[in-house]
Amino acid sequence: MDLSRFTRIDPTTWQIEPTGAMRVPGIIYADENLIRDMDEKVYEQTANVAMLPGVVKAVYVMPDAHWGYGFPIGGVAAFDADEGGVISAGGVGFDVSCGVRTMLTGLKVADINPVQKELADSLYQQVPVGLGSKGAIVLDPQEMDAMLTGGARWAISRGWGETRDLDRIEEHGQMAGADPSCVSDRAKERQRREMGTLGSGNHYLEVQAVTEIFDQEAAGAYGLKPDDVVVTIHCGSRGLGHQIGTEYLREMLPAAAAAGIALPDRELACAPINSEVGQRYLGAMRAATNCALANREIIGHYARKIFGHFFPKAELALLFDVSHNTCKVEAHKTDDASKPIYVHRKGATRAFGPGHPDLPKALRKVGQPVLIGGSMGTGSYVLAGAAGSEDLSFASACHGAGRAMSRHTALRAWSGRQIIKDLADRGILIRSPSVRGVAEEAPGAYKDVGAVVMAAEEAGLAKRVARLRPLVCIKG
Amino acid sequence: MAVQSNTPAPGWEDFPHGADVGIRGWGRTLEQSFEQAALALTGVLTDADIENRTSVEVECDAPDVEVLFVEWLNAIIYEMAVRNMIFGAFKVTINGLHLRGTMWGEPVDQTKHAPACEPKGATYTALRVAQGADGTWSAECIIDV
Repeated sequence: MDLSRFTRIDPTTWQIEPTGAMRVPGIIYADENLIRDMDEKVYEQTANVAMLPGVVKAVYVMPDAHWGYGFPIGGVAAFDADEGGVISAGGVGFDVSCGVRTMLTGLKVADINPVQKELADSLYQQVPVGLGSKGAIVLDPQEMDAMLTGGARWAISRGWGETRDLDRIEEHGQMAGADPSCVSDRAKERQRREMGTLGSGNHYLEVQAVTEIFDQEAAGAYGLKPDDVVVTIHCGSRGLGHQIGTEYLREMLPAAAAAGIALPDRELACAPINSEVGQRYLGAMRAATNCALANREIIGHYARKIFGHFFPKAELALLFDVSHNTCKVEAHKTDDASKPIYVHRKGATRAFGPGHPDLPKALRKVGQPVLIGGSMGTGSYVLAGAAGSEDLSFASACHGAGRAMSRHTALRAWSGRQIIKDLADRGILIRSPSVRGVAEEAPGAYKDVGAVVMAAEEAGLAKRVARLRPLVCIKG
Repeated sequence: MAVQSNTPAPGWEDFPHGADVGIRGWGRTLEQSFEQAALALTGVLTDADIENRTSVEVECDAPDVEVLFVEWLNAIIYEMAVRNMIFGAFKVTINGLHLRGTMWGEPVDQTKHAPACEPKGATYTALRVAQGADGTWSAECIIDV
């Protein structure tokens, strides 16, 4: 990206001044290398979002940003319903409430080593992954609607999960305001046999080891110590969310035109929050959020069963479950702090700082866990929301490493078989139905996750707590 | 995967996009460009041969030909998801802005097809349906995978 187009506020804050139809500035958080390497489309998309009606304060972009759909991936934007503010299906994303959960096993790397291969095979056999996999759970119409309103709470009530998990899931495991009647029959049909499936693309289930602690106090509160083993699951609302995204994007095209909103890009299709389509999308999107929360709870339950087979005393307590494709009604420090705003986070994680009242008591002092997925080879990070994130980004931080290279280019650059072998030599076992899929997800196709989280820390969005390295990766 | 067919017509390819993948089909007619793009969609998933054992029919409508293209691809993605199938041959007829499509394929077999990914949806990003100066139709957009 051409850096001369920005006003540099400090080493990690780059401002796009509002020009033309932009109503507010755009602010990208990144170090100089990360922003230089970002696609020009990120600039364009940030400016486009800043043109939408009712946008509040500024459009924020995280250090892992890349070219997305209407919104940049890594974009955060809030809208005021009373000022003609909009809700955007592209601003949430096709995979509604895609997110990450991390569970503490209470085990050490030395416990895993003797059974690492058997554990990898068992996880791969029992957690359905990839196109063509179907779960063991089939939902009839009544159960579908119960799942769409109940979220993780529903999963637990059916025996797939534990009640104590609920405090450690955003929205306490159940998104309010979900309306299954706003979800089409086609979307429900697409989900009927997909509960408890991981999906594909960048979704995964990993067994990981804690390799480094950066913040002793937060790590203590999170229950993370060097050499500890955790399980991390990255997936979302599966076919249901994808279908809702597809259908409402199409429906919002005429809705935007009817509301007199000039769209700089069709993918930015949106509807006023206070409109019939806007309200229906909210009901459907919240139902899809519950689907994602239920899905991760069920997969977490499968992981518990499998670990229980190898390690009868392992409990797999949930550290936290965060979503990074969302729109939530939240109160923030704006001109009128009492007025809730609609915060879109597309490829960005909510990152409440220390003391936030919505955090469970055990985590409140140190801030919300922010779970950052890296690539198969480079590992992942656990961050804690920083106090300053409220003023900087509506309490948001990055969500992953972010791709540096297209799938197309990655496929030409690497052999999936070679990657699997090289990682195995380094003690990382990959299980996937597709060697081509592994090549497309090659570690080198991602940005340096270390640089991304460092930039998030320097910008004051979140603090590094721990670094994780993979031991087993189940990839769709 | 790069260009699979002999130009000038018909043919398909994929093209790079930040996190996902673009697909492009071209042919002598609008219909042919849609059929070729559907082959490109399958090409994103697998390099394996697909047996044409079962056929599925779909219909779509849209306010313009570009949205019709996205609707067509999303209809394929939907049928793949709910039938657990993968398709290797396509036939399209278009009257005005009404499309009738037939696709032939077989159930997904993870061992045989080793699908590289699962498409979430066709998008309006880099969406373009147009006829070139030489009369060749082309249709393209980004697929979210």
